[in-house]
Amino acid sequence: MNVELTVNGSTHRLDVEPRTSLADALRDGLKLTGTTLGCEHGVCGSCTVLVDGTAIRSCLVLAVQADGADVRTVEGLAGDGGPHPLQEAFAAEHALQCGFCTPGFLMLLAGALAEEPDLDHDERRMDEVLASNLCRCTGYAGIRRAAARAARRMRGDVAPGSRS
Amino acid sequence: MPGMRDMKPPQFDYVAPASVPEAVAVLAERGPESRVLAGGQSLLIELRYRTERPALVVDVNRIPGLSDIAVEDGSVHIGALVRHAQLEHARFGDPLAELFRQVAPYVAHPPIRARGTFAGSLAWAHPASEWCALAMALDAGIELDGPSGRRTVPAGSWFRGAFTTACLPEELVTGVRLPRPPAGAVVAFAEHRRTHGSFALAAALVMLRVSEGRVAWIRIGLANAADIPLRAVEAEHLMMGERPEPDLRAQAAARAAAEADPADEPHAPAAYRRHALATLVRRCLARAVENAGTP
Repeated sequence: MNVELTVNGSTHRLDVEPRTSLADALRDGLKLTGTTLGCEHGVCGSCTVLVDGTAIRSCLVLAVQADGADVRTVEGLAGDGGPHPLQEAFAAEHALQCGFCTPGFLMLLAGALAEEPDLDHDERRMDEVLASNLCRCTGYAGIRRAAARAARRMRGDVAPGSRS
Repeated sequence: MPGMRDMKPPQFDYVAPASVPEAVAVLAERGPESRVLAGGQSLLIELRYRTERPALVVDVNRIPGLSDIAVEDGSVHIGALVRHAQLEHARFGDPLAELFRQVAPYVAHPPIRARGTFAGSLAWAHPASEWCALAMALDAGIELDGPSGRRTVPAGSWFRGAFTTACLPEELVTGVRLPRPPAGAVVAFAEHRRTHGSFALAAALVMLRVSEGRVAWIRIGLANAADIPLRAVEAEHLMMGERPEPDLRAQAAARAAAEADPADEPHAPAAYRRHALATLVRRCLARAVENAGTP
């Protein structure tokens, strides 16, 4: 079946089987392998991408379902001006070790912070969002700090490059 | 990697009808070999496990008009495509909205809640489903459209067993109608689970209204207390018309647990789950009574 996906701003036409997940279409069809597949059944969240602005598990959505949708992956996070505030914050706060889960966390937080820019003000809610995805290296403390750091930066609470 | 291919779904045909009549026409022809795809947060997992092998997947996500929560006089109507997240953020001033907000955070994680649907939970009929317990407690009406027209099945006869409902293969769930609790009702929900992301080992919800110090209306729902969701009718009966004092609440909680028929599970023998249910019901009753104040 033919589908049209707008991924990180550019439109692609793909011929996919109905059973192809959005994750597989991104990875195998468009060679956007930044989106990683861990469990392939909705548990780990490493394949999280934004579909029409909302963070979802791309292993639990068929590519044909995303026909006409606006998809954003980790490859589209950094702009011309360099890394996204989330990416900078993850590096600064040591929010990753092996890095396999990182694209999922970045997109999870990109979606969550777009919906709730003050997410870091509500610890319970932040933990609930972060608990969506699995990280087996960091123990989450660094991810939590990075999320708060990025949230402050994205609100403009601190100037880029300054210590926060 | 050996076994890796097994995580890919089997082949199926796909159709995304643009209207309910179109979907019903497809199901009338190919219902028994089809599965309906709404949120897909359970179906896609089953497809990957290949525990579901439909020849045709009927995606209803392109059907307009199924995504609304309609608050009406005596009831709230939830369209078949209303996502868990919509209920989590329900802001209509009603005890039911408060219950939605309390329960929703226990349904999977935010990205799953953004896709998964309330009606889909009822169609899936997992014994641990919180929404199924809520539907049972309120005796929701599950609305179906099929080749022989529309019908509404009350929750009491909807659940036929674990993952088994009264829905015929040719029928489509179009929505769910939940009767609204009476004005002034208070709600409470409590769940026990092994880890944050686990299914409920047991869960309880209570809705009640106190008038002149006595229980004037009460509903108690239980999740994962049997192979289908339960309404603890005998426990409700114990409380009705009485003063909701701690002793009576403990008795009612014990009665609710006795009404349950939990199965032995590796991490939770039946006796343990019964104990957990009694505790959860007691906590819900205490919290509800506290919230009700002393009118």
